Amino acid sequence: MSDSALLAAVVADDEEGPALTVLRRSRHAAAASIGPWRLIASKLLRQRLAVAAGCVILLLYAIGGLAEFLAPALPDAARPQYTYAPPQPLHLFRTAPNGTTQFGPYVEGYRIAVDPVALRRSFVADTSRPVQVALFVRGPAYRLWGLIPMTTHLIGPVVSSQPMYLLGADRLGRDVLSRLVYGTRVSMSIGLAGVTVSLVLGVVLGAVSGFYGGVVDTLIQRAIEVVSAMPTIPLWLGLAAAIPLTWSPLSVYFVITLIVSLLGWTSLAREVRGRFLALRGEDFVTAARLDGAGEGRLIFRHILPSLTSHILAVVTLAVPTMIVAETSLSFLGIGLKPPVVSWGVMMQDAQNIRTIATAPWLLIWPALAVVLAVLAFNFFGDGLRDAADPYGD
Amino acid sequence: MATEPLLSVRDLSIDFALRTHILHAVRGVNFDLRHGQTMCLVGESGSGKSVTARALLGLVDRPGRISRGTIRLHDGIDIARLRPGGRAIRRVRGRRIGLVFQEPMSSLSPVHTIGAQIAEAVRLHRRLDRRAARARVAELLRAVEIASPEEMLDRYTFEFSGGMRQRAMIAMALAGEPEVLIADEPTTALDVTTQAEILDLIKRLQIERGMAVLLITHDMGIVAEVADQVAVMRFGRIVEQGSVERIFYDAEHAYTRRLLGATRKLERTGVAPRKSEVSPPILSVRGLGKVFEGRRRMFGRATSPVRAVSDVSFDLFEGESLGIVGESGSGKTTVGRMVLRIIDPSEGSIRYRDRDGASVDLCALGREGRRAYHRDVRLVFQDPFASLNPRLNVKQIVGEPLLIAGIANGRALDRRVAELLDMVGLDPLAMERYPHAFSGGQRQRIGIARALALDPRIIIADEATSALDVSIRSQILDLLIGLQARLGLSFLFIAHDISVVRYFCHRVAVMHRGRIVEIGDTATICSRPAEPYTKSLISAVPNPDPRAKRMLNRHRFTAAA
Repeated sequence: MSDSALLAAVVADDEEGPALTVLRRSRHAAAASIGPWRLIASKLLRQRLAVAAGCVILLLYAIGGLAEFLAPALPDAARPQYTYAPPQPLHLFRTAPNGTTQFGPYVEGYRIAVDPVALRRSFVADTSRPVQVALFVRGPAYRLWGLIPMTTHLIGPVVSSQPMYLLGADRLGRDVLSRLVYGTRVSMSIGLAGVTVSLVLGVVLGAVSGFYGGVVDTLIQRAIEVVSAMPTIPLWLGLAAAIPLTWSPLSVYFVITLIVSLLGWTSLAREVRGRFLALRGEDFVTAARLDGAGEGRLIFRHILPSLTSHILAVVTLAVPTMIVAETSLSFLGIGLKPPVVSWGVMMQDAQNIRTIATAPWLLIWPALAVVLAVLAFNFFGDGLRDAADPYGD
Repeated sequence: MATEPLLSVRDLSIDFALRTHILHAVRGVNFDLRHGQTMCLVGESGSGKSVTARALLGLVDRPGRISRGTIRLHDGIDIARLRPGGRAIRRVRGRRIGLVFQEPMSSLSPVHTIGAQIAEAVRLHRRLDRRAARARVAELLRAVEIASPEEMLDRYTFEFSGGMRQRAMIAMALAGEPEVLIADEPTTALDVTTQAEILDLIKRLQIERGMAVLLITHDMGIVAEVADQVAVMRFGRIVEQGSVERIFYDAEHAYTRRLLGATRKLERTGVAPRKSEVSPPILSVRGLGKVFEGRRRMFGRATSPVRAVSDVSFDLFEGESLGIVGESGSGKTTVGRMVLRIIDPSEGSIRYRDRDGASVDLCALGREGRRAYHRDVRLVFQDPFASLNPRLNVKQIVGEPLLIAGIANGRALDRRVAELLDMVGLDPLAMERYPHAFSGGQRQRIGIARALALDPRIIIADEATSALDVSIRSQILDLLIGLQARLGLSFLFIAHDISVVRYFCHRVAVMHRGRIVEIGDTATICSRPAEPYTKSLISAVPNPDPRAKRMLNRHRFTAAA
């Protein structure tokens, strides 16, 4: 019934356009003067998975940015008495001796039990000694971003000498949660520098190669083939050995990523070249040439804007590669080295099967963090790639 | 009319559920296909004619859906009710109804031989061993008049010309001996002479086999030449249907009349004859030629050079429109690009008389000189979609040449762009919009505004109207004629469509295989062509008058190879 009513409404005698039944007011179909970037943004926002992934990425960077404040302890505060202390569950409600229950977060303290047969010491929860936990507590002193002296932590034990290991402790009794939070900063940011270098090299060389063609193109393409034939892992090993020992571990790693990113630009350069070759022959580029546009203007005003969103997508997909590279190299002991804290360095502590058997949290948490970060970047990059061409379909 | 229809479509409606709206692509369509009859479904782009044709084969893709109606074959099968991809619909496809697509380039596989592709269609319908299938394919290729079929069936798609590919497509459609043949714009991608041959062939096959043919087209000329029955579609509805005589001479619906009017208008000339002048030509081309050198590879042989244009000479006078017509590959676009100096000529000279009356040798121009020349000579592109940068808005597109030349910026630029948009019949308020918000015709107007921005003297229009629907085509031509009168422009109008050239140009040069075969007044060339090639070209153009079928009685030209 309603169907025919709808049809009757649209069938007018002299029609101006195709018959439509509007289901939903489209926000941008009506407004024709919305620029390409807002179209991309709205197309991206429609993909729930990509949006969720974007939120995760933002959250990870926020954690990295505020690491000192978010971590309950300092990353290298060792307390040998709590070696391999297991994670303590966080309880939110406390039962007073008189039987009433009230809000008051706490974790249970540790008691050392000795296995009479194996004579192995292990930690068991000690319900009689709850460690009171609160938000915004005073804890160990730190400098936020190395500048602002502060003592407030987001969460921590009210009495700062009491143990609180929400995600467990490592071989030296250091808090895994705090190390994970600090590691986020290093792991999430160190790849960015490398990606930036790859980006600049890839776009410039790809653009030159695709735009000018001919001999220049042939030379650059052959160079790309030579560079991409180089095996990266042996190169990393060699470079790691060649760098002076006096350098700080962080700057060593930084230099290595830069060098490896000098090899990593090739795929981006190929992609940019391909798109330049295609776009160079487009009518609108010929039109701009006939309008009198010089080469710079052709490249930067007419061709590159059509590529930017694709480049962004490629870069987003390159960041997780860098994160995985950091993690795996640190795990192998040729990337970052202690005292720097990163996810890969943390996993280095979980290299033997005995450790994994007795303290699985040493492997689980940093591995989960890596998986989460990589998946988030991949989902976001895929979404961005789909949204990158707002005029397709 | 006593015969039972082979296929009858009743109250067919197809909806596309899109994200923000439902598009009623086809609404309540009724028609019958009868034995030995050709039904033409004619309409402009977006009218729903192709979707209707595909529905007859159960090929409506998601998000499309047949929402109502029946498509009944004469033995009672209702195609609209069959499950897509099911066995029943597959027994209809090919065996009962054959389909020929528009694009012979993309509808044949490039990696299989022509014979293998047709043999597959044959063996889907009949149990035949390889040898018998091969014989059957050869028979089919012979039926579609491909010379030496036994040899040709081992060739690949790329070895076939466009017309031969379309013949192979038809052979494939005939493989299952269908009662109904649907041809969806079968000749739109082809040259006029090839088009005439393919339409001839379809007609002949229909008579031989007594098929019903449903021909989808946008060209009223083709309708007049081949149709028995006509249905005019617009925005998903059939606004009018009847015999070809009734539609052409006694149309009732305003839209049909408008469509016919736009088509017939192009049978005449739209420009006032130019008074003969004594002034020297603004552009003078002598002995122009172009050889595309073979590319030398690092390994292997060099490809052989291709001669695209040879010995082309013509003059273009001030305020004149000179048409260059020819079929694809005749070198007309290359001539245009050489005059624009996008391509370097291999030989010959192009002289341009500039605003001060000095004669400039274009072949000797340096970078700066070329830049100045590009202000005076502007190009209007064929494709209204590819020629506008989707990332820039109309103001940026039209204002770009002004900005680069440093003529205007800021407020003055806005004013000038508004003036230009007004000149081409667009609302100046549309300045902030992006190209995707405009229709094809409007985009072409934006392209024209961009060409006019620098007060040019010559405009080279390379197939500027061939991507447009016929009603919009004549509007754009009228706009150009008006601009010519107002601004004293000269046009070099490159086209494959004789009717457009006849409407728009004072003089025509006919190109064939890189040479100008004939040049002269449009009226003379169109009514009394001297050269055999021109005769065949002009007589192959469908005439939108069913009582004077020009194409089927055409002059045939056999080129000395």
